[in-house]
Amino acid sequence: MPTFGHFIETLLNSYPVFFEGLWLTIRVTFVSVLIAVFIGLFFALFKISQSKILNWIANIYIAVIRGTPLIVQIFIFYFGLTEFNIPKFWAASIGLALHNGAYIAEIFRGSIQSIDKGQMEAGRSLGMSHTLAMRRIILPQAFRRALPPLGNQFIIGLKDSSLAAFIALPELFSVATTQGARTFDEMTYLLIVAVYYLVLVLIFTLLVNLLEKRLSASD
Amino acid sequence: MGEKAEMIRVEKLNKSFGDLHVLKDIDLEVNESDVVVLIGASGSGKSTLLRCMNFLEIKNSGNVIIEGETIDPKNNDLNKVRQRVGMVFQHFNLFPHKSVLDNVIEAPLTVKKLKRADAVKEGKELLAKVGLADKADVYPNKLSGGQKQRVAIARSLAMKPDIMLFDEPTSALDPELVGEVLSTMKSLAKEGMTMVVVTHEMGFAREVGDWVVYMHDGRIVEKGHPNDIFNEPKEQRTQDFLSSIL
Repeated sequence: MPTFGHFIETLLNSYPVFFEGLWLTIRVTFVSVLIAVFIGLFFALFKISQSKILNWIANIYIAVIRGTPLIVQIFIFYFGLTEFNIPKFWAASIGLALHNGAYIAEIFRGSIQSIDKGQMEAGRSLGMSHTLAMRRIILPQAFRRALPPLGNQFIIGLKDSSLAAFIALPELFSVATTQGARTFDEMTYLLIVAVYYLVLVLIFTLLVNLLEKRLSASD
Repeated sequence: MGEKAEMIRVEKLNKSFGDLHVLKDIDLEVNESDVVVLIGASGSGKSTLLRCMNFLEIKNSGNVIIEGETIDPKNNDLNKVRQRVGMVFQHFNLFPHKSVLDNVIEAPLTVKKLKRADAVKEGKELLAKVGLADKADVYPNKLSGGQKQRVAIARSLAMKPDIMLFDEPTSALDPELVGEVLSTMKSLAKEGMTMVVVTHEMGFAREVGDWVVYMHDGRIVEKGHPNDIFNEPKEQRTQDFLSSIL
C-alpha cells in the first residue's frame, strides 16, 4: 500500500496526466446520455403506444439490451463492426447510449404512466389532439418526475464509461491503468482514479439536486 | 321550448364497459341556454352519459348529436367538436406545471393559435370573471379547491364553448368552498350558457336547473322541471332517491 503522503503527492502532481482522460470521460458521458435520453423517450412512447408493432419493437430492444453485458455491446460496436471503421469515441458513446437508452425508456414509461389520467382528459376536453396534449401537458410533468431516476442513470453511465478503456479509449480509467503499469505503482493510480470518479459523481449529484429544487417550484 | 335551438341530442345511447351495461337506451335533449341537472345514485351512469357528450367515452350504439350534427367518432374530428363542448371535472385536473394564467391560455394558444397578447387579455378577463384576477401568476398548488375549480371553469370558457359539461364539480370540495363554485356556475347560467351538470347539490338543481333528470341503473327514470321533480315526483324510484338524500 502507498503511504498517505505519497498518495496525496501523486494525486496533486498527476493532474496534467489525468486531464485529457477526465475531459474524455466527461464528453463520452454527456454525449452518450444525451443520445440515450432521446432513444429512451422514443422507446417509452413506442411502449405505451396503441400499436402492437411499436410495443414489440420496444420490448425486443429493451430485452436485448438489458439481457446482454455492456462490455459485449461496446465490443460489438468496436470490434464487430470494424468494416464501418467506427472511431473509438463513437463506438463507446453509441454503445453506452443504446445501453442507457433501454433503462431510460423504462424510466420515462413509468413516469409518463404515473401522470394522472385526468391530465390527458383535461387536455383532450379543451380540443387538444393526443399528440399535442402529450407534448404540452404530459411530457413536461413526466420529465420532472423522471429527473431523480435520470440523475441516477447518468451516474451509472458515467461510471460505466470506464468500460471504454477496454477498447483502448484513453479515458480516466484507461489513464490510471496505463500510468500504474508504467510506474509499477498501480494501487496509487487506482485510488486516484477512484477519487476522480467520486468527485465527478458528487458534483453531478449536487447539480441534479439543484435542478430538482428549481423545477419543484410548482409542486 | 320549441323556439330554442337544440344543442345536444342523445338518441338510444348504449354504453358498456366490458360486461357492465352502464347506459341503456338513453334519450335526452338539451336546448340552448338550458341548465340540465343529472341526479342519481353513484353508478347510475350520469357521469358516463356526460362523458359521452364530449366523447371522452365512445358510445357502443345510438347517436350523439351536437348542434344538429350527428357525431361519428370515426369520421368527425373530435378535437374540433370538443372545442364547442367544454368540460369541468370533479378533480379539477388543472395543469400543475403551469401558472393559473397559463392554464387558461394553453388551449387558446396551442389549439386556436391565438396571438399571445390576445390570449392573455382574454385569459385575464376570464380570471376576473371568476374572481381570481389576482391569482394569474400563482401555481395551482397554492390555490384552495374552490379556487382551483373556478380556474378550471375559466380554462374551459377560454375556448368559447357553446355548451359546458360539469362532472360533479363540487364533490371534491370542502363544504365551505362549495358555494363559490356554485355561484360562479349560477352566473354562467344567467348569461345563457347551455349547461349539463352532474351534481349531488339539490339546492343548485332546484334553484338553477331548468330541467332535472333522475337516472337509475343506466336509465333515465324521470325528467321534469325542478319543482315537479322535487315536490311531486311521479316515479316511486325518484321519490325513494329524493327521500334518501333530502
